[in-house]
Amino acid sequence: MTITPGADQVHDIVLTVNGVPYDVCVPARRLLSDAIRHDVRMTGTHVGCEHGVCGACTVLLDGKPVRSCLIFAVSAQGADITTVEGCLRDDGELGPVQQAFRECHALQCGFCTPGFVTTISAYLDEHPEPTEAQAREAIGGNLCRCTGYQNIVAAVLRAAEIRRGEATGADLS
Amino acid sequence: MNQRLFGQRVQRVEDPRLLSGRGRYLDDLGHDALEVAFVRSPHAHARVVEVDASAAVDVPGLVAIYTYDDLDGRTDEPLPLLIPHPTLTHGRTPYALAKDEVNHVGEAVVMVVATDRYVAEDVAGLIHVAYDPLPAVVGVANARDGATLVHNDVPGNRAAHMVQEVGDAAAAIERSPRQQRLELAIERSASMPMEGKGVLARWDADDESLLVHTSTQTSTSVRQAIAAKLSLPVDRVEVVTPDVGGGFGVKIVHPWPEEILVPWAARRLGRPVKWVEDRREHFISSAHERGQLHEVEFGYDDDGRLTGLSVRFWHDNGAYTPYGLIVPIITSTQLLGPYKPTDYRVEFDSLYTNTVIVTPYRGAGRPQGCFVMERVMDAIATDLGLDRADVRERNFIQPDEMPYDHGLTFQDGRPLIYDSGDFPASLAKLKALVGWDEFAAYREQARADGRQVGIGLACYVEGTGVGPYEGGHVRVETDGTVVVSTGLTSQGQGHQTMLAQLVADELGTSLDRIRVTTGDTRRFKYAVGTFASRTAVMSGNAVASTARKVRAKALRIAAEALEASVDDLEITDGAVHVKGAPGSRIELGTVAVLSNPLRYAFDDAAAAATPFAGPADPDRLPVAEDDEPGLESTDFYSPPRSTFANGMHAVVVETDPDTAEIRILRYCVVHDCGMIINPMIVEGQVHGGVAQGVGGALYERIAYDEAGQLVNASFMDFLIPYASEVPVIEIDHLETPSPLNRLGVKGAGEAGVIPGSAAIAAAIEDAEGIAIRAMPISPSELFALRQQRRAD
Repeated sequence: MTITPGADQVHDIVLTVNGVPYDVCVPARRLLSDAIRHDVRMTGTHVGCEHGVCGACTVLLDGKPVRSCLIFAVSAQGADITTVEGCLRDDGELGPVQQAFRECHALQCGFCTPGFVTTISAYLDEHPEPTEAQAREAIGGNLCRCTGYQNIVAAVLRAAEIRRGEATGADLS
Repeated sequence: MNQRLFGQRVQRVEDPRLLSGRGRYLDDLGHDALEVAFVRSPHAHARVVEVDASAAVDVPGLVAIYTYDDLDGRTDEPLPLLIPHPTLTHGRTPYALAKDEVNHVGEAVVMVVATDRYVAEDVAGLIHVAYDPLPAVVGVANARDGATLVHNDVPGNRAAHMVQEVGDAAAAIERSPRQQRLELAIERSASMPMEGKGVLARWDADDESLLVHTSTQTSTSVRQAIAAKLSLPVDRVEVVTPDVGGGFGVKIVHPWPEEILVPWAARRLGRPVKWVEDRREHFISSAHERGQLHEVEFGYDDDGRLTGLSVRFWHDNGAYTPYGLIVPIITSTQLLGPYKPTDYRVEFDSLYTNTVIVTPYRGAGRPQGCFVMERVMDAIATDLGLDRADVRERNFIQPDEMPYDHGLTFQDGRPLIYDSGDFPASLAKLKALVGWDEFAAYREQARADGRQVGIGLACYVEGTGVGPYEGGHVRVETDGTVVVSTGLTSQGQGHQTMLAQLVADELGTSLDRIRVTTGDTRRFKYAVGTFASRTAVMSGNAVASTARKVRAKALRIAAEALEASVDDLEITDGAVHVKGAPGSRIELGTVAVLSNPLRYAFDDAAAAATPFAGPADPDRLPVAEDDEPGLESTDFYSPPRSTFANGMHAVVVETDPDTAEIRILRYCVVHDCGMIINPMIVEGQVHGGVAQGVGGALYERIAYDEAGQLVNASFMDFLIPYASEVPVIEIDHLETPSPLNRLGVKGAGEAGVIPGSAAIAAAIEDAEGIAIRAMPISPSELFALRQQRRAD
């Protein structure tokens, strides 16, 4: 079999991003990160290394964090994809993790931030009351070149606090 | 009264946008643009014999293939040497596409333009370039030897040779009671922002103009460079810096080849063209830094006071010198830190190697200089059996000696004069913070528990707020919104917030009414760029000064409208009113309406400024001769010389007796950047700098093999610290105002990274009792040092 570069067969697929289905037509080799960014045109998800190490492109696939630069778009058909845009509240205000990032100054350039926000959101779903050590462990797979992580660790704890407050109706602000 | 925002932990105005996925980084723009990939040299040094694209031309989606021979006009000349220096006798810069020789792996040889990046890379893979490989020069020792040359017309691979001397260092060392000599090395690292470089260019054929977006640290200078290279009038080129995913120095270099080639191709093709650097490209074609070898001789008295200091060092500048000698000049001047040797001599060679170019990375030559000086201080203490903090204290420049003139020329061509600082006070704070005097007891306890711990400290002084100038523009719109712009760019430092705080204080408006734009030449044409921890000093003072001018104009207009004296007015909550009588108020937006006499009422507010709106004095000009319409102003700040921030770090490490693993137990920082505009942002800058310092000390190194292949060009192999590697950072501040500017501020952006290697080396040395002379250090290198000590 010969492969003709540039002439890949394209596939019509449906990507469900933040609850909304998008019809896209992509070659089999198109990365999920590129499809979300350039086909769906939702650019909150960032690409920092394209070899799965930095974590900037992390999205949630059926609630689980995955590196969207290591997955083909065609294989994400049928899954619920959550990006940083999907971590906002229904009214468009910052969600708990995003709000905590702002309060704790857990971002500087903001490029790695979407991957942290999605990763932490999924983590807190399963671990609503992390210790500081667990918070640090939870973000141990994402690279940030600006913050030194200290304020991100604080933001994990603060986000957990905000979520707990919302669950019980208490005002923790 | 509005609360003064200067000094407050104000949450960043940038964040809601960046946190909700609405940031606009380079690759978030131009979805429909053509995309570029490059064929880059696989050889460190080779003649380019032939480019054969025959196998590639039929690939669907291919638009264009360009080599050096296609370049026209001034695009075929070497790229500019940005900062010439009389001692840079053999400066060399690359061509935008390699002409007939490549000098490092990664140098661009062929440019491919296609419908998307996937296709462009397919095409690049099908282009065959024939090379005639030449022997490669890698590393300082190899370059210094001079047997093999990078550039045939540069003997000894020596780009520059520079000497600065104050007094007679050799004689001072000779007559000192004690002398030592050390050889000290720092390896290569790199800025490594999470977002690489990227360029998007749109050519408007009707308007004959270019709009370029680039992930740069200087949009104004990129604009000038593009206009010059493309032979376009400057006013036909605008350059916008979108959100930038980190810079740390690598994006101050310009124009990168791609910043010329992408606009050139966009004009030639009449279509938008985009290039977004991938991570491997960034490793092998963007700039590195830090690699230097130093030999230092010094004399001192029996109390540990430094007399003569003589430093000879060799700087690896990589294949070309587009950024001149800034890094080694900074090392040679900032090495002195807070100390005052009686006599000082520094001599360096800047050497070519067949590796990626070397230009400033956060700290810019200071981490190397700090490492050298602090190793000297520790060596004196060790020799004399003195406390290391005491030796430093005895050598400090004292507060009553400020301003202190070192008699040297700094990187800005101006005298190296420290403006202010209180080093003894900073050291006292650091010792208290880390528990310096109690450490001996802690060490004994740890030893009793079978653990091995050590403590180290390091001090630095950092020239910040380098000139020549920056400017600001402030305008109050008729709806009361305040729009602010400054020409330099932002890469995550919170400039919009910091500048808005300053404007809010001057204009009495709330932050949510202020919109700040940076790095957009459509808004502000005159600027230098973001480097050398200069934004708070330069743009901060320029914008604050501009806002003061706008305030004065607002008061003048309002005084007339309110029939009051200017002296009786104040501005709070976005309105001018008589002090103590908030009822008699006029909104700033209304003042803006009145500042601009109109003929036409385009809305209700504008009606107040039309000819028949009220009584008018027929003898007065609608706009006075010395006035201008609009509630706006522009001003600039140009300093006499740099302002000097300083700081001190103390580190406690534990080393594993078996595995030689190095663990940081505590990391303490005392930091003095003058008056602090936003402590939250300053602490964030320190945190990030310390993380890069830890990376540079223990994990990160750019590893070339003998053939000039970069063997760790991925995040898998180049070890940027994760959260698990960065310690908790404890910070205390001292605020010694700078007398050089009205705000009293100094820069803070780079500080955190500078003493990392010096402090961590000192702590490891203290834990192990083994002299540490080279950084970074890995567990296996420490293990080897232990083996060597056993063998000795």
